[in-house]
Order: sequence, then structure tokens, then C-alpha cells
Amino acid sequence: MAKTILTVKNLTKKYGENVIFKNINLTVNEGDTIVIIGPSGTGKSTLLRCINLLTYPNEGEIWLDDKEITAKGCNEDIVRQHIGMVFQNFLLFNHLTAIDNVKLGLTKVKHMNPVEAHTKAMYELERVGLADRAKHYPGQLSGGQQQRVAIARALAMDPRIMLFDEPTSALDPELIGEVLEVMRKLALDGMTMLVVTHEMGFAREVADRIIFLEKGGIVEEGTPDDLFYRPKFERTREFLWKITELYGKKEADKK
Amino acid sequence: MDVGKFVQYIASGTAYTIAVTLIALPLGLLIGLLFSLLHVYGGKVLKSLMTLYSTIMRGIPPIVLLFILYFIVSGSINLNPFWAGSISLGIVSSAYQLEIIRGAILSVSSGQMMAARAVGMSKMQAIQNVILPQTLRLAIPPWSNEAAIVIKDSSLVYALGVPEILRRAQLISASTQEPFLAFTTAALIYFMLVFITNRLLDLLERKLRIPANP
Repeated sequence: MAKTILTVKNLTKKYGENVIFKNINLTVNEGDTIVIIGPSGTGKSTLLRCINLLTYPNEGEIWLDDKEITAKGCNEDIVRQHIGMVFQNFLLFNHLTAIDNVKLGLTKVKHMNPVEAHTKAMYELERVGLADRAKHYPGQLSGGQQQRVAIARALAMDPRIMLFDEPTSALDPELIGEVLEVMRKLALDGMTMLVVTHEMGFAREVADRIIFLEKGGIVEEGTPDDLFYRPKFERTREFLWKITELYGKKEADKK
Repeated sequence: MDVGKFVQYIASGTAYTIAVTLIALPLGLLIGLLFSLLHVYGGKVLKSLMTLYSTIMRGIPPIVLLFILYFIVSGSINLNPFWAGSISLGIVSSAYQLEIIRGAILSVSSGQMMAARAVGMSKMQAIQNVILPQTLRLAIPPWSNEAAIVIKDSSLVYALGVPEILRRAQLISASTQEPFLAFTTAALIYFMLVFITNRLLDLLERKLRIPANP
């Protein structure tokens, strides 16, 4: 059986009285690509932010490689080095070139020497097809290119798992493809990935499992075939149908 | 008073003015930078303390503050008027520089901090490597304004007996009976100092500008 990388147990997050999600359970095995879908405001992004401790859950546990990262005294800076995160709005460091964006974590966090860090950063930029843009600043790159640099930046840290928080939602339709292509390649290379997205084409093709989250709870989870063709709940069918139509249309527009 | 003596007199006054500014401005920057970081990242208690500091300091005329600080500074450590005046002026300026830098920190998007933390940087590392390089660039134009104010406010240490330009002009005016010449010379020198400083900071801003920053 594949090794378990990430386990989420009974995770609950509240802001005051407002419950964002409740009792979420989730297991991610090595090499899995798991896609989380659901209407906006159901806590998908908050769930990802809890997993890399950018915000703390109120109850429950998160385990990364047999170590509880929500335990008291666990160093969050070290935990985050092992979890790559890609944001909806890229969040590249604005004052640094593409290569320096990728390099910063290597030199400052991993204390790699500058020459080694440069080689590693170039390798990661090549992986996302942007070696020729190494000297460009974020403002000189298209949205799609910025997001690919952001992916390279996260990959450079050699994370155990990559979290993607709606990585294509802020992109023009014609730029979505290049980012999904990079993610598809990553999944095929065996990277462990947890992806929040509305791109059903990607989910169907790449996901090992799809999790449907609504109103702070997991409604249903299963293989893409299960959810698309044999959903247990009418609500799952309804949501998938709606979102496929919506985004399918956009894909048709592209052609 | 012959011309040679006049020029020498004014020149040494100018040197004092420059020296006072060169102590006050960096000192104010150091304190302002530290306090702005404490204001933004230091938690509730420090935030209120910094707000209190800034509000009080900016609510009192610099000349009044200068006298109070001068007596505190020169009373607690034995300093001559030049050093005590320059340090006091730096403290006055620190409150304004605090606000300038705080504003600049807040205009760097909060996502930058999140992205830095997500790669595994500590808060300190993120501030040092991601927040400050962007903050300081944004702060140059308003800071240039404050630099001009400090140059001009350096004339206040005249009241403490520091022989800077204004005091020199006053003395020349008294001994030559030519107040117009004396004070326009002083005015011209202040103007040139401010003009050159602002020009240099404009150049610095342009040199450090991030290409095509969104």
C-alpha cells in the first residue's frame, strides 16, 4: 500500500461563532492527486491554509509524514518548508526577478550556497518552461507565466506535498491551459497534490480522487468516474453538472 | 566685515546645518523604522504605545519639543548643544518617519507576507527579505519630503545656540546692518540643500524602481 503523506482528522475551523468547516477527515497518499471542489464560501481555501498552518484549526489534528504538525511546540516554519503552496493570485515577490523568486527560499530558508541555489532554481524554471524568462520581473510576465514561476518557487523547496488554491481562477481563459499543463505534468511525475479548482477537465483527467465539499462538510468523495457517473447524492450530480456546463462553455469559447 | 570673512562665516554655518541634518535624519530613520515595525508587527500593546508616541510627538510644535528634549538629553548625559540639539531633532523627526514607513509597510500587499511564510520563512526573515525591500522603495517619495523638513527644521537648533546658518545670518545682520543680504543668503543655502537632496532622492527612487511593477 502507498505511504500516507497527509492525514487530516476531525478538523474544525471557526471564526468566532461562524463555523467554516467541521469534522473534516482526509487522507492523501504518496503520489495522489486529490481535487477538492465545491461552491465558494465552503471553506476550501481555509482548509488548505490550515494544512500549511497559515491559519490554525480550532479542533482536530493534521499529520504530515507520521508527525502531528498541529501538536504544541511544532515549528511551523519547518513544517511549511515541506508543504508547497500555490495561491490564486500568484503572490510572487514583486521586487525580485523570476529566478530570484525561486532562489529566495533556497538561500534564506535552506541556506543553500548561491551557486547551488542558482542551478536548482534554473532547473525548476525549466520544469515549468520558463528558463528564458529567468531575468524578468513579475510585472513583466503574463498571469500564466507568473503562476508557473510561483509553482517553480514552491517546487524548489522539494516539498512532500503541493497545495494549489484555485491556481487558475485569476487567469484569462487563454492562459489557463499552460498552468494546467504544468500541473498535469507534475501529477504524472508522481508529485503528491491537493488541488482546489473548478477545472473539471483537469479533475476528470488527473485526479485520483475528487472531494466534494459543501457548507463546511464533505458531501461525497470518490474517483472521478464515481462522482461524474455514479454520484450517491443528487446534490453532487447537480453541482458537477452546473460547473461542467459553466466551465465547459468557457473551454468551448477558447476553441 | 570683508567678503572673505563673510563667506567663511556662512560656510562654517552651512557645515553645521549639514552636520545637524546628517545626524538627525538617519537617527530619525533608525527610530522611525524600528518603531513602525513594532507598530505593525509588535502586537496590541506595542501598537498602542507606538500610536501614543507618534500622536504626542506630532501634536507638539517641533521647537517646543526641541527645548523639552534638549533639557532631558543634555540633563541626563553631558552633551554640548550641537549633539543634544541634533539628537533631539532626530527624535522629533522619528515620529513623522514612523508614520511614513508604517504607511509604506501597509501598502505592500498582505499576500507578500503570506507567500514568504508559505516558503518557510520566519516572520523576521519575511520582513527582512520581502517586506522591507518593497517598503523602503515605496517610502522614498514621502521620505524625501521629510528630509526637506528636517533640513529646514535644523534652523531650530539656533535657539539652543548652535552656530548654524540662521544664527550666523543673524550675527552678520547685526554686525553689518544688512539683514536682507544676510537672510537671503541663508534662504538661498537652505533652498540649495533641499533642492539637491530631493534631486538625489528622485534619482535613487528611479534607480531602485521595480520594472513594470503591477
